[in-house]
Amino acid sequence: MTALNALTALTEALMPHLMLAPILLPLLAAALMLLLREERQRLKLALNLGACLLGLLVSITLLFWADRPDATPDVYLAGNWRAPYGIALVLDRLSALMLVLTSTVALATALFAAARWHRAGVHFHPLFQLQVMGLCGAFLTADLFNLFVFFEIMLAASYGLLLHGSGRARVQAGLHFIAINLAASSLFLIGASMLYGITGTLNMADLGPRIAQLAEADRGLLHAAAGILATAFLIKAAIWPLNFWLVPAYSAATAPVGALFAIMTKVGIYAILRLWMLLFGEDAGESAQFGSLWLVGGGMVTMAFGALGMLGSQRLGHLAGFAAIFSSGTLLAAAGFGQPMLTAGLLYYLPSSTLAVCALFLLTDLIDRWRNDGANFAPYEEKDDAPFLNAQLVPAEGLNLDADEEILTGQVIPAAVAFLGLAFMVCTLVISGLPPLSGFVGKFAMLTALLNPLGLGASSGLQPGPAGWMLMALLIGTGLLGLIALTRAGIRHFWTTHDRPAPQLRVLEGLPVAVLLLACAALTVQAGPAMRYAQSTADALHDPSAYVAAVMSAEPLPGPQTPASLPMESP
Amino acid sequence: MEIVIALAIGVLTGSGVWLLLRPRTFQVIMGLALLSYAVNLFIFSMGRLGLALGKEPILQAGLPTDLVHYADPMPQALTLTAIVIGFAMTALFLVVILASRGMSGTDHVDGQEPPTP
Repeated sequence: MTALNALTALTEALMPHLMLAPILLPLLAAALMLLLREERQRLKLALNLGACLLGLLVSITLLFWADRPDATPDVYLAGNWRAPYGIALVLDRLSALMLVLTSTVALATALFAAARWHRAGVHFHPLFQLQVMGLCGAFLTADLFNLFVFFEIMLAASYGLLLHGSGRARVQAGLHFIAINLAASSLFLIGASMLYGITGTLNMADLGPRIAQLAEADRGLLHAAAGILATAFLIKAAIWPLNFWLVPAYSAATAPVGALFAIMTKVGIYAILRLWMLLFGEDAGESAQFGSLWLVGGGMVTMAFGALGMLGSQRLGHLAGFAAIFSSGTLLAAAGFGQPMLTAGLLYYLPSSTLAVCALFLLTDLIDRWRNDGANFAPYEEKDDAPFLNAQLVPAEGLNLDADEEILTGQVIPAAVAFLGLAFMVCTLVISGLPPLSGFVGKFAMLTALLNPLGLGASSGLQPGPAGWMLMALLIGTGLLGLIALTRAGIRHFWTTHDRPAPQLRVLEGLPVAVLLLACAALTVQAGPAMRYAQSTADALHDPSAYVAAVMSAEPLPGPQTPASLPMESP
Repeated sequence: MEIVIALAIGVLTGSGVWLLLRPRTFQVIMGLALLSYAVNLFIFSMGRLGLALGKEPILQAGLPTDLVHYADPMPQALTLTAIVIGFAMTALFLVVILASRGMSGTDHVDGQEPPTP
């Protein structure tokens, strides 16, 4: 207990400067790595892993700091200007949650890359750290234009990472990925500058109150600006029909990069959650809950698209990509309802589904390599054909498992196969939302919130409404589709393996998968505290007055020669 | 002046979007470039109190410091950042396009010529 107290005291002494660490640490690490020659791979790897580990520790510290009982959001005034003028960075529960998620995923993927993938091209480690920096910055900033800058840092690094390892498929997928993201950045700029033109501020906390006082004539313009801005975020969040780039790009990327990208769609979700609640909350007058139907509808179509895509995929990489779309759709649909309890459910579901999709990307690489005996892709993998079925849909000669039962019973399963199989099962359970793991808890929380919008016992007589019933049906139905797809893939890859040697699995490859899935298990075991945290986060999101007050009342530090008061007029 | 700017932005955006949807990589990058020009002009025109026509950009002695007498500095800063980022991204995209051309032997965006009927 004394250690915990000491840590709290240390954090208190370091705040608010510690909240810059998730941005500065990767930046510093990347800068150092750029100074090293390409032959110093080991040193770069050590730096990368060290920065990731330190980042995770800092994020967890920040999470506990943000969750202290009487917590108000912490504000860091970069440049020491009072809130609406300078750039402010804000750490609240939502930011802290996303930071921990980012650094967990980053550490796991960096570990996985250390086994072999980091040698597939140059500058993997600096690009990796810059990507982490962009992600962390996007989660921390409270300034719309600064959000754009961090988005671009993240995207620039992701272009490089996607092309890591080169090859025609990656360059081709990269071309499409870059083109759509450049177009999305244009939309982001148009939306952000329109919001500035209407309200005269880019500070996210300042935008909300100003929208409430907006002239009636400007409301149409505001909605147009919000729609354009949201489109940019929805492209990142991979909503249907803006998501056809995702599956080719993510499955063409090297495994650790695909796994890291699992969190990139969540940046779009985060931005929508944050801005939508700040701009169009209860106080926004006529604009309250603007666009809710679009989020709900788009999210539900995306869920169905993702689930059907999973069902239709033969390649594991495609399956994992569609699983990312599926998780994204679920989160968007749930966010669109704008109910605190439902938001809490989705905030619980978000980390668990991200971790599972990330683990699935890593597993895909291991399974593919095992099945294809070291080659990246077997010939049949180029087309999306079923590998073990011929045109007559009967098993090929020599694959009949039931014919020779004696050999099957009592066969020793190699440890590596057992590990891969178990990990795949855990991924299946979490992604399709079956008990007992965290995917089920998250979906159950969302279903409960749909049926009892005001909490158990307090919402008698309230009906979920057509959209609510539909989301409930989709949550259960798409879960079933996902389960079928993943079970089929599991049967194909683990039960029809009679003549293959055991996979060569290195500890460095098994460890990150185990870490990610153990994190899912920990979320299940600690579901009580996690749900409570999610509920506090959701309550703060739906009532952003504390956030706004914290940002707007943050005092700049007095400098040594600061004049007593600078004449300042509102623009 | 408003109508000239609006027309310029509209024409640039229209041509940019049309080129972006074309099947050749060179057309796509030209489209993205035109689009980013349009966006930069658009940001510029989104200052408070409309287009700052004939207003001072730099503080002058004796002039009251408010937006009635000065151009809004914010869109200028935003445009500058957007230009820098857009320039870097276009250069990066150009490299990827050249790599794609080298690897696939075609400048079609899908890396292969569509089948001729």
